[in-house]
Amino acid sequence: MQHIVIIGNGISGITCARHIRKKTKDAITVISAESEHFYSRTALMYIYMGHMKYEHTKPYEDFFWSKNNIRLLKKRITKIDDEAKNIMADDGTVINFDKLIIATGSVTAMYNWPGQDLKGVSGLYNLQDLQKIEKETENIKQAVIIGGGLIGVELAEMLHTRHIAVTILVKDNYYWGNVLPEQDAKLIEKQLKKNGIKILYNTELKEIKADEAGKVKSILLNTGDEIKCEFVGITTGVKPNISFLKDSNLNTDKGILINEYFETNCKDIYAIGDCAQFANALPGRKAIEQVWYTGRMHGETLAQTIAGKRSPYTPGPWFNSAKFFDLEYQTYGDVPTIQKDTHKYFFWRHTHKDVAIGIYYNQADKTFMGINSYGIRMRHVFFDEFLKEKKTVQFILANLNSAIFDAEFSQNHIPDIIDAWNKDTGENVKKQQKTAKVFSFLKKFL
Amino acid sequence: MNRTERLGMMLVLAGLLLLLILLNTQTYTFNTKSAGEFIEDSTQLSFLQPEITKIKNSVFTSKVAFASAYKNAVDAANVNIEAAANAPEPSENNEEETDSLKNKEEQVVKKADKEEKDSVTEDAIQTAGKQEAKIDDNETGGIEEDYTTGFLVKAARGPLQEHTTTFLITVLGLFTLGSLLVTYGKYAGKPAGIKNNDLFKKPITTVKWPAVLVGLGLIAFYIILYWFPYLLSDWILLVTPIKNLFKNGPADENFLYGVIYSLAVLLLGIKMFIKYRHSSYQKIRTISVSFFQLSFAFIIPEILAYLKKPSVDLKNIWPLDYTFFYDSNINELLSNGKLGVFMLVWGIALLVVIVPLFTYFFGKRWYCSWVCGCGGLAETAGDPFRHLSSKKLVAWKAERIVIYSVLIISVGMTVTTLINYFSNGAVLGTATESFQKWYGFFIGSIFAGVIGTGLYPIMGSRVWCRFGCPLAAIFGIIQRYKSRFRITTNGGQCISCGNCSTSCEMGIDVRWYAQRQQNIVRSSCVGCGICAEVCPRGVLKLENGKTENRINNNPIIIGNDGIHVVQ
Repeated sequence: MQHIVIIGNGISGITCARHIRKKTKDAITVISAESEHFYSRTALMYIYMGHMKYEHTKPYEDFFWSKNNIRLLKKRITKIDDEAKNIMADDGTVINFDKLIIATGSVTAMYNWPGQDLKGVSGLYNLQDLQKIEKETENIKQAVIIGGGLIGVELAEMLHTRHIAVTILVKDNYYWGNVLPEQDAKLIEKQLKKNGIKILYNTELKEIKADEAGKVKSILLNTGDEIKCEFVGITTGVKPNISFLKDSNLNTDKGILINEYFETNCKDIYAIGDCAQFANALPGRKAIEQVWYTGRMHGETLAQTIAGKRSPYTPGPWFNSAKFFDLEYQTYGDVPTIQKDTHKYFFWRHTHKDVAIGIYYNQADKTFMGINSYGIRMRHVFFDEFLKEKKTVQFILANLNSAIFDAEFSQNHIPDIIDAWNKDTGENVKKQQKTAKVFSFLKKFL
Repeated sequence: MNRTERLGMMLVLAGLLLLLILLNTQTYTFNTKSAGEFIEDSTQLSFLQPEITKIKNSVFTSKVAFASAYKNAVDAANVNIEAAANAPEPSENNEEETDSLKNKEEQVVKKADKEEKDSVTEDAIQTAGKQEAKIDDNETGGIEEDYTTGFLVKAARGPLQEHTTTFLITVLGLFTLGSLLVTYGKYAGKPAGIKNNDLFKKPITTVKWPAVLVGLGLIAFYIILYWFPYLLSDWILLVTPIKNLFKNGPADENFLYGVIYSLAVLLLGIKMFIKYRHSSYQKIRTISVSFFQLSFAFIIPEILAYLKKPSVDLKNIWPLDYTFFYDSNINELLSNGKLGVFMLVWGIALLVVIVPLFTYFFGKRWYCSWVCGCGGLAETAGDPFRHLSSKKLVAWKAERIVIYSVLIISVGMTVTTLINYFSNGAVLGTATESFQKWYGFFIGSIFAGVIGTGLYPIMGSRVWCRFGCPLAAIFGIIQRYKSRFRITTNGGQCISCGNCSTSCEMGIDVRWYAQRQQNIVRSSCVGCGICAEVCPRGVLKLENGKTENRINNNPIIIGNDGIHVVQ
């Protein structure tokens, strides 16, 4: 029986612990400086908005851990000794390990702006950030958010529910410019405007200014303008939380360098999740994957190795999702910001509703590459299967009805989408007959 | 709360205040004529009239004093009746006994007629059943039934009695306008979508003092309604103009309850409809529950009563409708010609054909969150409290023990009732009657009413449906083992945020399944669909589909191709 020590109780570390427990009787210790128990950090915004309380964000009841013989420690680890095979906490506790898994996640990336440490400046990543935001946005009127991405919209929605006027600074000339095609971004812009959020494009933060009390009073932009505000939210992204490793023997770049088995340069030490950086990125993937889902997959995969079956990380087709105020977004496969010359992006948008889909495909052989869907829920299994089978865009369109995951009685937009495609291309993709299902069903019984 | 909401809330509170004031504005004077409207037995009447005449000039300012005066009058009358019955007149003894027997038979028939007129819901039938049983035991022919409430309604003198319709319109107006204003203030001009902002910050939705106050108020209301209805006689008077529309006799506490219940479902149904205006499923479902409450539970039974037919809620199914197999109910239905027989057959067909068939195709939701009256109230008035249901494992364990116990008890009660019915009381005798009384008191009244609704602001909107309802238990068994219904989890998209579990009114830890890419197949799920609504990532969908792989277990979620489970 070996002792597995996991630093970090986020989705990566916890998933890994759970899967090791499923397969082995090893002693497992999970250490976190952030919280006693695993909670879902994706739900931080809902705690602020009052949709839930902290206890609702814990996916497992507190008894789950002792019942499954997973030891939890709330400590901040400051030192890793790979030769002596132990780690040390800031209170002096030394913990020996047989195998060590580092899953410490991220911290908010700050870019050395003057004033970034002032009272009233915060990122949104962990529980402590949330407590800080809760305190520093109390009874304020004006806030600025730096960075137009997923967390930026979440923070805007949070502040909006407290009737705080929000301005978002976006570096690119449209929203989430490093991920979305421009047409898509217009939908998100509409959501923001509908909720009274002000967006400034092509704008960057230069300096945060303080009042006499050392609290934020305004920000200076690269354009020379000054905006008054009482709170500055930093949502320009996150970076691996590895500063505590600087005296260790681990090789790091932006994150902890790993191979496809999550192995670091030190024997029996692994890294997963946000804090890990693949020395050689997998084809079509980033070297650092800071997404809930990839963290989970890292944990699942490494658990196999720890349990004795050395397994490389081979993720399936990319997928992700988000919600921008009331607009739901799902993506499957590859939809780049700027299309290659050999590929095309078919985009359909409802005339007045906030519903749209974009399909990216290869122009030569019509291979379906990926889809962005807004306001229509789509089935993951459908796209996972057909992306792997490299189906054509026509096949996808003709079968898109089976992909819909909206609630019953929802309006079906697929016929309109197919009409638009046929009009665009002059093709004649057939619409799936809705009644067919009913008939086949009746046949079964009659 | 904005200004419109506050104004609306004030109107609702004004309505409540007016209702409370109306309980204290009347005086009560015995009306000797009204005795005849309640007591049809001439002997009883002849003994009671003089007792009432003695106090007919007294003006009572309190209902309690009136009730005690009435009780004294009845007691005095009964003493006289007993004395007369026991009077030794040996020569004509036999004859008189026959007479008194005949008298009693007539009495029973008359009572049955009256029940028809009065009874609004199954509760009323149940009460009537008890009374009939009592009369059968009544050896001396005394007045056993309690007419205090009816007398009080007739005895009222004061502004409410003089301007009943005006007060009724005012009260209904205050509640309707108030509730519409709250809805308008809350949702008008705002984008549609899930807005549970501050749900866990408001005292009313987080079991703080206002919630406890509302809960205690509801509990008090149910206790008074069930056991001291005469204290609400002024409100019964208030709804009399509505009852008069149906031309089927005087209003009683059951009618009052029907009015309040339907009004709550309708007004808060409108709020629910607007709140989920972005979702067709929620809109259609809300229309459905409101429709079934208004028509099947309220209007149709009134019309049936007007037509002098058994006034039955045709969507109420045994064992939720636990009086369905009571001999009083069966006898009543069988004495009402083809319609009565149809009702009996319909009630049985609902249970043995429609329940299994519909539940196989659609899950228990077709009833629990689309048709049922209890569900109707939970899905409208109860919506703001849905998150209060406990998601703990121990709650689930308790739920299974309690609900199946109630099912077993209800089946036992009905089986003894039927044995008693077919053996004409030879096998079990009065044991059945006490079993029925016990069930009616603890399950029918305390569990379903006092606890079921009273605990809305404390334990969520489905306490009865989750822990108590024996019909839900039957649905649940079918849904779990033989149904096409499930909540599908959408691949690997779950972020474990917990919105689904939090909003589940049945206390299902939906996330437990969703984050494992497992379908949710749970006997308790009523298919309200709110978990899918609040999901920020489009992970959940209520579906009816093939039964293969309906219950699935995915050790590895899709999206990770590196790991395969060795089969």
